[in-house]
Parts: sequence; structure tokens; C-alpha cells
Amino acid sequence: MLKHRVIPCVLLKDWQLVKSINFDSFRTIGHPTSTARIYNARNIDELIVLDIDASLNGEEINTEIISDIADECFMPLTIGGGINSIDDIYKILNAGADKISINSKALEDLNFIKEASSIFGSQCIVCSIDVKNINGEYKVFTKSKGVLKIHPLDLALKYQKNGAGEILLTSVDNEGSANGYDIELIKVFKDKLKIPIILNGGMGKPEHAVEAIQNGADAVAASYIFHFSKYTPNDIKRELFKNNISTRIL
Amino acid sequence: MGNLRSVQKAFEKVGCDAIISNDINVIRNASKIVLPGVGSFADGMKHLEELGLIDILNEQVIKNKKPFLGICLGMQLLARVSYEHVETKGLSWIDAEVIQFDFSSLDIQLKVPHIGWNNTRYKKQNKLFHSIKDDSDFYFVHSYYFKTNEDIISSTCNYGINFVSSINKENIYAFQFHPEKSQTNGLKILENFINLKSDK
Repeated sequence: MLKHRVIPCVLLKDWQLVKSINFDSFRTIGHPTSTARIYNARNIDELIVLDIDASLNGEEINTEIISDIADECFMPLTIGGGINSIDDIYKILNAGADKISINSKALEDLNFIKEASSIFGSQCIVCSIDVKNINGEYKVFTKSKGVLKIHPLDLALKYQKNGAGEILLTSVDNEGSANGYDIELIKVFKDKLKIPIILNGGMGKPEHAVEAIQNGADAVAASYIFHFSKYTPNDIKRELFKNNISTRIL
Repeated sequence: MGNLRSVQKAFEKVGCDAIISNDINVIRNASKIVLPGVGSFADGMKHLEELGLIDILNEQVIKNKKPFLGICLGMQLLARVSYEHVETKGLSWIDAEVIQFDFSSLDIQLKVPHIGWNNTRYKKQNKLFHSIKDDSDFYFVHSYYFKTNEDIISSTCNYGINFVSSINKENIYAFQFHPEKSQTNGLKILENFINLKSDK
């Protein structure tokens, strides 16, 4: 039986791993390669690394650091942030990543998703959608342009149609809060997509992962809980197992 | 085609120098051959053809019986034919076809691609599973699967249906999942492959 994945998500800035609260303030939490090594030793399901410098400042993708991280990862590694061209994807994959997470570029140009998935395969293309709840309505949010009109589900359906392999769905409101995932948000997506949804933003205790998966998430991603609490990815998975959710227990 | 670097560093991790090459002489002199790969079947075959690698693979693997490891698309390419997007002829080392997951007759709609960790059940002995427990989880990423009537299936996996997760035919070993991305158990498969004695 296919297992529900628990995926640590780490942010990269100035060669350091950082953690954001609501995408704004950043705290440095250690060196990327040592963090990757620890996660690998813990046999995690998968790792997501987002380079925030690249996406905010339009900087070149730092393939050197990606390659250092990838050398420590014998599990799937997704890299995102600042991807603007097919050439960027080549560079990141050559550095040892397995998947690419695309956000701003996908919003600008749906054809980019189509082209990227036809060259690299859908399995390689994760489309990332950041969501904000504005007066009870879910809206797509971007750092550069703010709140967009399009509904996150409509956007996800477009991405799917154009070849995305997975959706990384982040609640900006819940991100870093440790108060739990946006369950109303995942309910909106439940059974609507043919591709897997990784729900991100808000996990503060293992029960939050159970709630997310029971309401439609295929996988859960989290940052805060792994950096600022005693819980490890395995603690989350033991809680899933206790709740009869299929998970990879070691 | 696919992420060669991941496979190479996984071999390095278990103490083996792996060379990424499309040079016929390098392939001829290699002690073992690995064909990794993600991406589409037609692209994979097209690249092998354009690089002129089909003859050398046939010579080294089929004629000389050099140990061969196929991973993911590298397993599917061994089939006679694939129906991924367009009907495409494969290497035809195995009487098999590659077809898309179709869950339309099931009550539950499963997602495609099949992405993530799934357990595999042993069917027949495969030396590369040595010291790995039956029913272990491995990492899969694929939308198409390998269907064969040949008696070479060493494990199956369940995703809506039971499909072939690994095969072994003489010197040919192939896995639908990614050993290089399957943590400890995956690395063990690669280590077992390195330790295979050549039948030659």
C-alpha cells in the first residue's frame, strides 16, 4: 500500500538554513549539509529545500550548495526557488536534485510547466501554490505581487492539466504558527485533483498530520515542528500509524 | 535522461566508482552496466538510438552476459513495446509491454503518477534482495508499469493492481522503484549488485 509521506521542508538563505514565520522573519537554524545528513540518517521519506534568496532577489540558483545537500540525500530531494528557465532545471537536476518546485514562473507562464514536464517528465515537476485566506476566501498569494484573483483550486487544476506531477500547497497564514494545517483549505482540494497534494504550513504536533491526511492531503510537509520542537519525522509517522494511516515505519 | 548523478553518488556511498558515460569503449570495458532513467519511454529509446548504444548494450548484456541493472525507465526500456503516449518499440530483452495505470474500473480513484514509498512482496529469489526483509518499502515514481508473462518476476507491488516491481533474468536485474532514493534498503540493493560475481 502506498504510504503517506512526511516531508521536512527547509529554507535556504545565504548558505544557511532558515525558518520563516509567515514568510517574513527568518531565523538561521544551521548548516544545510549537516541538516541534510541528519535527515538522511533519520531515514526520512523525502526532503524539500526552497531557496528563498533566489526567488526573492532573482539571484542565480546556487548549484554548489544544492549539490552539497544532494550528496547527503539518499531519499528524494525537491529543490525550489527562483527557477526561471529550462536551463535552471537542468542545472538543479545535474546538481543531484530529483524534483523541482516551481512557483512564480508557473504563475507567469503556464506553458513553462508544459514544456518542463514534457522534457523532464511530470514526476519531476512540483507546482507550489501559496494561499492566503482573505475575508473567508482563499486566494493565491505571491511575495512579489501580493494577492491574486485566481482561486487556488482553479490554479492547481491548470497546473495539473499542463503536466504538473504534484502540488505543494502552503497556507501562508498557518506557516510557522504550529497551530495546525489549514484543514478547510485541504477540504476544498479533496478528491478534486488526480495528482498528489503535499499540504504545508502549520504542523506543531503529530496530531496535525493525522487531521491533514484524514481530510485529503496525500503527504504533509513541515518546517517549524522539526526545528523548534522535540518531534522528529518518525514521531509524526508513529502517530499516523496509531490512527490506521498507511505510513513508512522503520 | 533522468538523474544520473543520484545513481552515481549512491554507488559511491556503497564504495563503488560508477562512471557516467555514453562512450562505447567505456561501456565495453565496464565490469557492470547500469541503465537508470526517468522521463518518457520514447525519449529514452530515441537517446539510446541517437547515441548508438543499442548494439553495444545487446553485445555486452545479451551476448556477453555482463551484469546489468535497470532502474525505473531503465527497466521499462527492456520491454518489447511501450504504449506511453505513442507506441514505441523497446530493447525487447524481455517479452513485456509497458502500459499506463488505469483505475477507471476501481471504486477508489488512485492518483497517477504512483509517487512515494510502497512495499514490495517477493515472488522469486533475487540475489539483489539479499539481507533485505520481504515487504520492505521502496520509493516509486511512475505512471506506467511493466507487464510480462515471462517467469522472471522477483517482486510485485500493489497500487490498485499488483504490478511488477522487480525482475531478474539471468544477468539482467531491473527495478521499477529507485534503489538510489530508497535509503538503507535501496543502497543495500546497489551493494548487492556490486558484489555480484559476473557469470561470464
